Amino acid sequence: MEEKPKAKINLNRVAMPHQDPKARAKNYSEVALGYTDAMALEEASRCIQCPKRPCVGGCPVNVDIPEFIKAVRDNDMVEAVRVLKSKNALPAVCGRVCPQETQCEQVCTLAKKQAPIAIGRLERYVADWDLGHQDKRSPTVLPPPTGKKVAVIGSGPAGLTCAADLAKFGHKVTVYEALHTAGGVLMYGIPEFRLPKKIVQSEVDYVKSLGVDVQLDSVMGKLATVDELLESGYDAVFLGTGAGLPMFLDIPGENLNGVYSANEYLTRTNLMKAYLFPEYDTPIKIGKRVAVIGGGNVAMDSARCALRLGADVVYIVYRRSRTEMPARHEEVENAEEEGIVFKMLTNPKQILGDDKGWVKAMECYEMELGEPDASGRRRPIVKQGSEFTMDVDVVVIALGTTPNPLIASTTKGLDTTKRGTVVADEQSGKTVKDRVWAGGDVVTGAATVISAMGAGKRAAASIDAFLKGQ
Amino acid sequence: MYKILSKEKLTPVIDCLKVEAPAIAKKARAGQFVIIRIDEVGERVPLTLADWDAAAGTITLVAMEIGASTCKLGGLQTGGSILNLVGPLGLPSEIEKFGTVVCVGGGVGIAPVHPIARSLRQAGNKVISIIGARNKDLLFWEDKMRLVSDELIVTTDDGSYARKGLVTEPLKEILEREKVARVVAIGPAIMMKFCSLTTKPFNVPTVVSLNSIMVDGTGMCGCCRLSVGGQTRFACVDGPEFDGHQVDWDIVFDRQKVYLKEEKEALDRWKECQCQKS
Ligand SMILES: Cc1cc2nc3c(=O)[nH]c(=O)nc-3n(C[C@H](O)[C@H](O)[C@H](O)COP(=O)(O)OP(=O)(O)OC[C@H]3O[C@@H](n4cnc5c(N)ncnc54)[C@H](O)[C@@H]3O)c2cc1C
Ligand code: FES
Repeated sequence: MEEKPKAKINLNRVAMPHQDPKARAKNYSEVALGYTDAMALEEASRCIQCPKRPCVGGCPVNVDIPEFIKAVRDNDMVEAVRVLKSKNALPAVCGRVCPQETQCEQVCTLAKKQAPIAIGRLERYVADWDLGHQDKRSPTVLPPPTGKKVAVIGSGPAGLTCAADLAKFGHKVTVYEALHTAGGVLMYGIPEFRLPKKIVQSEVDYVKSLGVDVQLDSVMGKLATVDELLESGYDAVFLGTGAGLPMFLDIPGENLNGVYSANEYLTRTNLMKAYLFPEYDTPIKIGKRVAVIGGGNVAMDSARCALRLGADVVYIVYRRSRTEMPARHEEVENAEEEGIVFKMLTNPKQILGDDKGWVKAMECYEMELGEPDASGRRRPIVKQGSEFTMDVDVVVIALGTTPNPLIASTTKGLDTTKRGTVVADEQSGKTVKDRVWAGGDVVTGAATVISAMGAGKRAAASIDAFLKGQ
Repeated sequence: MYKILSKEKLTPVIDCLKVEAPAIAKKARAGQFVIIRIDEVGERVPLTLADWDAAAGTITLVAMEIGASTCKLGGLQTGGSILNLVGPLGLPSEIEKFGTVVCVGGGVGIAPVHPIARSLRQAGNKVISIIGARNKDLLFWEDKMRLVSDELIVTTDDGSYARKGLVTEPLKEILEREKVARVVAIGPAIMMKFCSLTTKPFNVPTVVSLNSIMVDGTGMCGCCRLSVGGQTRFACVDGPEFDGHQVDWDIVFDRQKVYLKEEKEALDRWKECQCQKS
């Protein structure tokens, strides 16, 4: 048999086109512009379609990545969309915000050659094509109604995905959301320039188009408790309430004017559109010199918002080093390009105020890295006598979040951990309470969009099995 | 959309709105609040419940026109609507039989004190109420307060109506006169601070309701934080009521001033828009 000539492996990852850093640091339009057709084709053609398919295992929801990439290469976009969406309900979101470098792309066969396929960028390309070609979508055919009712609390990725799947199984679903907009962190936290709200809104609209009733302005635990929902005719309840409680540093000066939690800073900016003040009524303090404390996505987003709001200098203050930063690599690079100043191995000691109660400076320690801690990362230790002061007028604390106790404290028979997370079975999302499931950040603590989505999907399957067995 | 069933002016600058909100009305308890967002560009504004009617499915809100949002609210009419309304938020007032309770309402704070006085009276307390305002034109609900109080004292700062002076003066006289089990004071922060200082030497537990600047009202942002007994607390979920003797009032005053400049800018802009319309 004649041997096929071995195709030469292309190691040139197609770069993502971006808005110019100088221009984008002053606007809220999306930073990453997305692949053109030619770029997508070129990148898709790099995939060697290896039989081991490690990427599929690297994806938290096991998207059939080689298949959708092949469809892109074959220019069969309808098929690419079908493959992608059969596992991932929110590809336009995930293509933009998933930490691909620690998931699918990390294990790509070409990662060994430092040139993993840009799976996230291709995912975004396919999802955006789909959004632009809604006419080509085959309408979702819903099964006859089962007569069962499910209440989903929280409209973040976990709640939305769970609601959509339950509706597709034929159940009647009501989503209760505390805020005046559905979408969870995707709406109130992640900024417009990284995830346009139009995209989130179209996902919410899709879920509604399946017959899901979305009730906004509904703080459950206050307006009605979980038990009251179960008594009032719901057969099951899914908790997708996220991890929305901000952590503070507990250092002197934290209550000064000009100190924000990242949640407040981002909510004012994104959800309330403070960047459009006074056209929009919600104000935000525009700092000239802003320090953001933390090294995750939340810190990067806060810093980049501060810049766009008009700050002269924005610092990321992080107590470990660059390699330990949990933020998506791409966002760290984007932030750096935009001129954010990284103060690594630095930890605040106290925030100093002026005589009117406003922030004027922050005193910090220099840190050094010691032995690895429980998280496997090297523990930061204070360098004695290393205190120094930074002049700042706004401080944003982005240290992480824990679940809001509102539901757990008003629901009998729910098990919670010391960290305030709700205990639920990892596979099914079932809690110890009868007819109650939970998933997403409320179970795992602050994690990722894709893991929340996966949890919502698995819980929907488990709820469906329960309802059909009834 | 939440429909405004009636709107009246209690004084030239204080508005009273009855809004259709059956689910909230069913759950509401004295001391709780709601957050409103008037329209698409609106901010989220906390307002303590002035009244509610579970049977009719309505809640009553009272607001003084001091900023752009409250002026906008004052511009709404019967038959109009509020875009977003969420609640009931915060912890309800502690209602028990304490004995004699003094309820102090200052300015627009008279509205939220009313249902608390009513609940306390229903629980069997002797309720002495003091309501005060800067002048006659800012005073309202004297009749409603009289109905829920065993004794009512009215003051105006300038003496344009009833007794001239501040609410703290009759408060002190009552504390000197008889044994008081509890004081509830709602009004401007400065009034609540001085009520707390007045009751301190008498060692009478004093509850104040802190209407901090808020965003979500569910404990998510920390915007409403304050310091009580040396600990950081969130007004929206740990309050809005706190022990007045433990509150760090300096932080309360400072945090109220965060957006003074922006609030003025928004108000000027609103007034300008109104002028152009008329
Ligand atoms: C600024 C920021 C940036 C991030 N960036 C990324 C990223 O780049 N990539 C990534 O993968 N992940 C990122 N994350 C994490 C990711 O957004 C979350 O892991 C994910 O949104 C969790 O989804 P969820 O559905 O569990 O909860 P959420 O998205 O938090 O949604 C929970 C919803 O429940 C509502 N709710 C809460 N309590 C109640 C109640 N009592 N009654 C009614 N409703 C209630 C909340 O208002 C909210 O809308 C980021 C998070 C933040 C804050
Ligand atoms: S208003 Fe956001 S935490 Fe209280």
